[in-house]
Amino acid sequence: MADLLTLNGWLLALLQAALFVAGAPLLTIWVKRNKCRLQNRRAPSLLQPYRDLAKLFRKQVVLAENASPLFRCAPYIVFAATVLAAATIPLLSTNLPTAAIADMIVLVGFLAVGRFFLALAGMDIGTAFGGMGASREVSLSSLAEPAMLMVIFTLAMSAQSTNLSSVVQYLYDAGLVLRPSLLFALLGLLLVAVAESGRIPVDNPATHLELTMVHEAMILEYSGRHLALMEWAAQLKLMIFGVLIVNIFFPWGIATELSASALFIGLLAVTVKLSLIGVVLAFAETSLAKMRVFLVPQFLNLAFLLALLGALSHIILEVDI
Amino acid sequence: MNALYLTLLLPLSGAVLLALITNPALAGWLNIAVCVSTLLAAVNMALGVLENGPMLTPGGMFYIDAFNVYLVALTAFVGVTTAIFSRPYMGYVLGEGWVRKGRMRLYHAMYQGFLTTMLLALTTNNLGILWVAVEGATLATVLLVSLYRTPESVEAAWKYFVLCGVGIAQALFGTVLVYFATANVLQAPDIGLHWTELRAVGAQLDPTVMSIAFVFLLVGYGTKIGLVPLHNWLPDAHSEGPTPMSAVLSGLLLNVGLYAVVRIKMLVDPALADPAWDSPQLAGHLMMGFGLLSFLVAGLFLHRQQDIKRMFSYSSIEHMGLMTFAFGIGGPLATFGALLHMTVHSLTKSAIFVTVGHATHIAGTQAIEKIRGLIKTQPHVGWGLLLGTAAIAGFPPFGVFTSEFMLLTATMESWPWLTVALLTGLAIAFAGLFRNLHPMVYGNIPEGQVPVKANMLPVAVHLLLVLWLGLSIPPFLAQWFDQATLLITGRHFL
Amino acid sequence: MTIAQYSLSEQAVLILAALVLFTSFALLAQQRMLASIHVFAWQGVLVAASTAMIAGVYDKHHLYFSALLTMGLKAMLMPWMLRRLVERLGIAHQVETVVRPALVLLGAAALVVFSYYVALPIEKLSSLSTRNTIAISMAVVLIGMLMMVARRQAVSQVVGFMSMENGLFFAAVVSTHGMPMVVELGIAFDVLVAAVLFGVFFFQIRDSIESLDVDRLNRLSENSEITGVRE
Repeated sequence: MADLLTLNGWLLALLQAALFVAGAPLLTIWVKRNKCRLQNRRAPSLLQPYRDLAKLFRKQVVLAENASPLFRCAPYIVFAATVLAAATIPLLSTNLPTAAIADMIVLVGFLAVGRFFLALAGMDIGTAFGGMGASREVSLSSLAEPAMLMVIFTLAMSAQSTNLSSVVQYLYDAGLVLRPSLLFALLGLLLVAVAESGRIPVDNPATHLELTMVHEAMILEYSGRHLALMEWAAQLKLMIFGVLIVNIFFPWGIATELSASALFIGLLAVTVKLSLIGVVLAFAETSLAKMRVFLVPQFLNLAFLLALLGALSHIILEVDI
Repeated sequence: MNALYLTLLLPLSGAVLLALITNPALAGWLNIAVCVSTLLAAVNMALGVLENGPMLTPGGMFYIDAFNVYLVALTAFVGVTTAIFSRPYMGYVLGEGWVRKGRMRLYHAMYQGFLTTMLLALTTNNLGILWVAVEGATLATVLLVSLYRTPESVEAAWKYFVLCGVGIAQALFGTVLVYFATANVLQAPDIGLHWTELRAVGAQLDPTVMSIAFVFLLVGYGTKIGLVPLHNWLPDAHSEGPTPMSAVLSGLLLNVGLYAVVRIKMLVDPALADPAWDSPQLAGHLMMGFGLLSFLVAGLFLHRQQDIKRMFSYSSIEHMGLMTFAFGIGGPLATFGALLHMTVHSLTKSAIFVTVGHATHIAGTQAIEKIRGLIKTQPHVGWGLLLGTAAIAGFPPFGVFTSEFMLLTATMESWPWLTVALLTGLAIAFAGLFRNLHPMVYGNIPEGQVPVKANMLPVAVHLLLVLWLGLSIPPFLAQWFDQATLLITGRHFL
Repeated sequence: MTIAQYSLSEQAVLILAALVLFTSFALLAQQRMLASIHVFAWQGVLVAASTAMIAGVYDKHHLYFSALLTMGLKAMLMPWMLRRLVERLGIAHQVETVVRPALVLLGAAALVVFSYYVALPIEKLSSLSTRNTIAISMAVVLIGMLMMVARRQAVSQVVGFMSMENGLFFAAVVSTHGMPMVVELGIAFDVLVAAVLFGVFFFQIRDSIESLDVDRLNRLSENSEITGVRE
């Protein structure tokens, strides 16, 4: 059995990526359901995002007159880039053949490609909202990306590698060690995740308020399957950051060998951890108010500062002289 | 030993007592009485130390040796003379309505509180307590600087508080580092900050830690000395506070800062003598650098002053710089000269501030250009100011001349090129003082300027002492200085 | 020896130390008066907690007392006093504009690196597990100093001053497991008196310039007209 699984590593990797993509809407609806319950509203069913996606895929695409080919390509590129980014992340197991390409800087690169085309598509039609959303998105990501990279460097300093699988493996093997650098990296990554996946208090995915929207402003002109892909990519992004946080900082339960039982435990563990983080996110979103757009740079500076402190405290406190 | 405790407890109980007395006239007299009894106790203690040699109290809390005993006596002495000046002067201030009666209580209590902290800083054997006492001295004086509650005085006090607070925090960090260095050498943690213990194991202390500690301590206590570039608070605090405060700040507080630095240098030098360490003179060189810089910069600033008290506070910076420089050179001659200079500067500078107090009283302003014709108006005050300034500028036959001559000779011996800088600095300072002084003491009397009631006794006593020290140092004092020189440099001067 | 070889409580001390440093940064960036007083209180709590932790790890009973003293003084009494003062002065909700906040924070990060290099030779001499925190404590002191320089509000300057004191106390605890008790009491006394005096000064400053913006305390300078017209 074990041999068979090793041989079929690639197949497993493919399966993991597929699971990732398929599970993404589930995390989003899980957060939404929790929020609904906290706010005393009736929660939609767990299948609702799948129904939405299916409906959108069936619908006709309506294009603006002046839409360029880029506008039509963008959803596919954005979705593909996000799926590739997701494929680099160890969801169930650290020991897959994709581990070789699972570099954190590659991950940031894929996300950047996706964002680049998203911003281009937002400006393509030439509406005011699209341009505004794109400019906001780009200026925010120019602050979020350095913070994200700083978090990565902090992790890399502990694990001596920027490879995601190696980092997770290293932290898993080390057992419970209270590292100041990891604490700061976690806090920094949380802030980056909130900003990058467009959640409250940076952006509110549930509204189309013209003064504050960022992500929604860019995809305002999309419809049909294009919109479905864009929505799905956004859900994937939330999932990506969720999995990153739970599997790097709380790697317990992840499969380090390719046996069926280990993989099953891995699946169970990641589900539990993700549902917990979903509850936390719902709580946070319910208790926080959306901040003014002008304050978001400060929010991201804080993320960068935290990540920087993580790196500094690694050097100062954790390395022996 | 009882004399020691008496020296500390008298001003402390005086502070408590004076805080309760509401009658300002009575408080003024009582202030003098407490100061005189403190002086008697201090002299008694000094005589004891002179006879029996250094004294360490049981438990090692206090340590009196040749170096600090004369500073204790000097502090108590200047305390008395300034108290004598302060009684009528503060009466005049009260009469003018610049302060309310209640604040006079604060003034007198804090005057004694300040003396307590000074004496504690000088006598304690524990570097931590030294820090606590020096910080305590800031706290005691800061409310006195803002005694008049003018916007300027509040600003000066705030500056004094914040800058000295920041500076002194560095000194505490340095103290922590010293304690850290001894933790590796001494086993008993409670005596790890005792100067005598540290002195005994000096050579075993780690040179790296001690050198870093010294830098922090020099910056910290250097702020108190008023070393450039940490001097910003000093002219403001001196010029805005009541004049008796300026006299004791300049005459005593700065000395205590320097005393602390020299004590610490005595610990750092043996540690840095470690053969593995490449700059054994680091402490001395740092002190020379800061000292010379302060000396020259303050000399230049003398020329720009428009306020008489500010001018003389820059003169204090200049002299403290010179002493720091001299202790930095470190030979027996330089150290002897610096000890003498400490004494004569304290006496002269407090005499000058007392005179300045009367002069500003006569003129009704601190602006140099409005103070004119003092000799014609009131010869005592005019001549006092003239002679005091002549003494502080280093004219023979005053004691300042003697000590400066010694310092120049010492510089000539070890750093010949720096003599040029010193002489230039002295000339600049001399010019700066006299270009402002000349019109103040001579010149025409402005309309309506009349003599005031002035008690020139403290000034006369101080200047006579300085004159005496310039003509011949009494043998017992020379012996003291020589013992202190031996302690600091390891060699006799005489 | 790396961090993984320390016991969990030693690791917790390091975490607390890192959090103390973080509160220093937070103080520097915090522009709201009340919020910065709260951050200061939290810093006191963290310092006290790490002191108690160290007392437990190394079995130093006198440190429990120091921890208690810090908790009472720095985490409760002083924040309470400051809070009452700003409420009485009516500036509790004032927002202070920090000039070039990003630059100030970068400066603080540079100070951390600087402290690391200064503390490196010191740390080599120690065998305590807390030795690496000496750099942190030095950074807290220096950042407190930076805060006093960068801020224009008298209350913020005082908060910076007090956080310097926190750093100094922390330095003593992590490098030598506390100073002798008599010194520690003396320092606590000085700090308490300083806090009271600061309170007095807030009122004096407000009475003299009708604001607590220290930038407006600019009457005394080398070029200013004659100041002491009083006497």
